[in-house]
Amino acid sequence: MPEELIAIKGINDGLLISLSTTEKWQSVTDELAKRIDDKRAFYSGAAIVVELGARPVPKYELSSLKALLERRGLSLSLVRSDSDTTRQSARSLNLTTSENGLPAEPARRHAETNPVNPEETGTRGVIFRRTLRSGRTIHSEGHVVVFGDVNPGAKVIAAGDVVVWGKLRGTVHAGALGDESAVVCALDMNPNQLRIASYIVTSPPGKRRKILPEVASIRDNQIVVEARD
Amino acid sequence: MENEERSRGDARVITVSSGKGGVGKTTATANLGISLASLGKRVVVIDADIGLRNLDIIMGLENRIVYDLVDVVEGRSKLRQAMIKHKKFDDLFLIPAAQTRDKMAISPEDMVRVTDELREDFDYILIDSPAGIERGFRNALEPADEVLIVTNPEVSAVRDADRIVGLIEAAEKGPGKLIINRLKTELVRKGEMLSSDDVYDILGLAIIGIIPEDEMVLSASNSGIPVTLNMNSQAGMAFGNVARRIMGEDVPFMNLDGNPGILRRFLRLFDGR
Repeated sequence: MPEELIAIKGINDGLLISLSTTEKWQSVTDELAKRIDDKRAFYSGAAIVVELGARPVPKYELSSLKALLERRGLSLSLVRSDSDTTRQSARSLNLTTSENGLPAEPARRHAETNPVNPEETGTRGVIFRRTLRSGRTIHSEGHVVVFGDVNPGAKVIAAGDVVVWGKLRGTVHAGALGDESAVVCALDMNPNQLRIASYIVTSPPGKRRKILPEVASIRDNQIVVEARD
Repeated sequence: MENEERSRGDARVITVSSGKGGVGKTTATANLGISLASLGKRVVVIDADIGLRNLDIIMGLENRIVYDLVDVVEGRSKLRQAMIKHKKFDDLFLIPAAQTRDKMAISPEDMVRVTDELREDFDYILIDSPAGIERGFRNALEPADEVLIVTNPEVSAVRDADRIVGLIEAAEKGPGKLIINRLKTELVRKGEMLSSDDVYDILGLAIIGIIPEDEMVLSASNSGIPVTLNMNSQAGMAFGNVARRIMGEDVPFMNLDGNPGILRRFLRLFDGR
């Protein structure tokens, strides 16, 4: 494969998209659109940080990139760049910008395109030490740990596993890139909707359930939820 | 919450919001304003619901409006000219919303300017936020020192309250405190309405007031004499209690659902956990 046109990875509160600094802008953005369209459910609603490196990006190009993302329900939250031209363009579009000095891990940048292997050391994950309230959406290309509740109306989408150390009442999607071995764990499992890979279940209606830690996984082509003791 | 007397130039700006409409924000704002004034505090209530003003009606001041908040912001009137003194309390003022404009007529910065000008001369500035999460809410939130979230014990109101709390946290205005309005004891007992415990379970916020459903609220709102002036009203008393808690007093909760466990839980919240 020639140089990667784009690399996408989950960061704290959204996705980091690094665009090739040398390939043609048109082919880079086409590829980006294609990648997002292929996995709409995964990307939907994410806040995007774009890393443009040394490439000078004029205002009209940046503005079309922003539009490309917005048309797909993503918001461009930060533009990282080493080029003054690019940062100038970003500022004139009222975008937040920063110089690349952040501790990127260049060695690992290519790993994101490989399927996530939960056993593999080095799989990225994020931890949230707070309750996710209605309207909040978390995206990760790795695992997600929420140290708090996931309230109704909040959403967690992860390529890997989702662990909720608290009450899970929102929507959760584990294995969002297709990994059927992904699991969802919660201390109190009562999600509005639970998805693993391409399977979807809702919580059975009912009054008071016994509250105990449970794990959801795929077995025999369906999602099963069971207690772990 | 601290108990010491506030010095001049140190008003607390308290925004009353909810997310969902119709849960009783305006009623709560009017009643808290009146309760605080009746406790000897200097109070301004601001109606930030531009285009859908209501607070003036509930406070019985509609026919005295000459200038409004938008007139002040756009320089057609001085702040003092737009402040309507309450009929009964000399230290209670209303700044009404404009009825003919919309939320875009003012900006969050305008609200900060207006409240900063008032801080010096008052103890409390209450802002009645419009429903929703858009500009109107941003306007009301920007100057806030703290936020009260009004909700009803029903799923949709609690969901919207949760969303609002997320936005308040993101704006670093603290998680806010909760007023549960229109609790119907009878329905809770039958298991048909969320209890205050259920609401707490989802939102995880300190509860500063539980207001029972009370028919007197409706007639009071229509007549422009807020219910808290009526000593026979349970809701009126509950609003009075909220006002005293805002002032830092340790007021026990009325026992509404006959469940001592809930009561203990709230008291614990107010002990600072």
